[in-house]
Amino acid sequence: MKQIQVDARGLHCPMPVIRLAAAARDAPAGTRIIVLATDPAARYDVPAWCRMRDHELREMTEVPDSSGTATATAEGAHPAYLRFVVVVRPQRSKAAGAGSGSARSSRAT
Amino acid sequence: MLPAARATLMAAMDAGWADPRRLYAEGRQARALLDQAREVLAGGLGVRPAEVSFLPGGPAALRAGLEGLQYAGRRRGARMVATAVEHSAILTTGRYHAAQAEEPSLFAEVSVDRLGRVDLSALEQAIAVPGTVMAAVQSANGEIGTRQPLEQAHALCRTYGVPLLVDAMSSLGHDAAPTHFDVLAGDARSWGGPAGLGVLVVPERTRWRRPGPVSEIEHGRTDVEPVVAIALAAAEAWPQTQSTRVDQAARSSAIVRRLRTAVGDLRDVDVVGDAHDRLPHVLTFSLLYVDGEALLTELDRRGFAVGSGSACTSSTLEPSHVLAAMGVLTHGNIRITLPLPMIAPNLDEDIDRFIAELPAAVAAVRAHLGATDL
Repeated sequence: MKQIQVDARGLHCPMPVIRLAAAARDAPAGTRIIVLATDPAARYDVPAWCRMRDHELREMTEVPDSSGTATATAEGAHPAYLRFVVVVRPQRSKAAGAGSGSARSSRAT
Repeated sequence: MLPAARATLMAAMDAGWADPRRLYAEGRQARALLDQAREVLAGGLGVRPAEVSFLPGGPAALRAGLEGLQYAGRRRGARMVATAVEHSAILTTGRYHAAQAEEPSLFAEVSVDRLGRVDLSALEQAIAVPGTVMAAVQSANGEIGTRQPLEQAHALCRTYGVPLLVDAMSSLGHDAAPTHFDVLAGDARSWGGPAGLGVLVVPERTRWRRPGPVSEIEHGRTDVEPVVAIALAAAEAWPQTQSTRVDQAARSSAIVRRLRTAVGDLRDVDVVGDAHDRLPHVLTFSLLYVDGEALLTELDRRGFAVGSGSACTSSTLEPSHVLAAMGVLTHGNIRITLPLPMIAPNLDEDIDRFIAELPAAVAAVRAHLGATDL
């Protein structure tokens, strides 16, 4: 199963959704895309994009501020951000199970 | 503002300059003019003149409406309820109230559906909580146009003995005046009157009391003396707007339908709000892969003044609370508020030009963002 990470932290709307859409365009159905975003509008716009474009929003989690702590998360130390898991066009291929880790800003197969 | 209202405003500046509380001739004249304005607006709203107070602006009237209900109900409790799409004058006041008391349950925000309409069962749950002293529901949302089911909301409120505050700031002059409320607030701008006049209606049956020292101004509902000329101009605009309201609404609705069709033809667009049960003169839509600020600028360059609820157009970088509560796309948001057709005689041609130029404006913004083929 393919997994892609889109790190849109620090970008303002509509750039997080544009980055996400660009990643989804080139990805096969069923690909999981992990989106990281700090823009407040992403909370509403990533779910809306999934609805408008028939993708599945599987998860949305708030990752607390880890800057200033010694133990950074796997996705790097950063002020609080949102982490989305999106499944690309899931009607053709249902992605199952959780991915194992993620490759930063690159594709892992 | 309607031309006749502007003329009245200018004339009234001469005739009604005096303090209406004074007993000399000019003061008595100012008092008579103010009472005349009150009678006109009370008649239009279907209430008694003594139930109408003039406040400095719609949001001030709305906030006063909330505070008076809260104060009058203070022995029963301190909890307030509002829909999540209410005016910020309600939401910020309610949140502040709860934060000051360090008790989040003192202000409950009731969810709305994808069209922006209040969830009536959630409203019922919220007002059923003991100690609830008021609920706020707008007649219609000025940002997205969706009307609220006031009759049902008022029936629920009566069942639980909770007074209903209705914000009619967006609908007066465009829709029939609401009849289902316990306190009503409006703004003269919505019916073609001047800025700076809010109307607060407190029917005799409603338990309402202004917190603070007793005031003799405006039936004790404010401590700010109204500007007579502004009230007169607002009263001048009311019958004019009402006499043509049905025709104007039909004309606005036809224009909005044309716009809806044209906008719906664009790629990746979310047209927001109820398609039918809505204010006649508002249309809102969100475009994927579009920066709201850039599109506003692009349209402004082409001579169109439109609004936006997108985060990038606000000073706080937070998107519109209305769009967020509805769960619709918040970026690339454009809000078209049609002026009253009698104020804008060339509206049809302007709309033709807007429909012709919008696709190019959107394409320009998408191309700039590298989002042409997404």
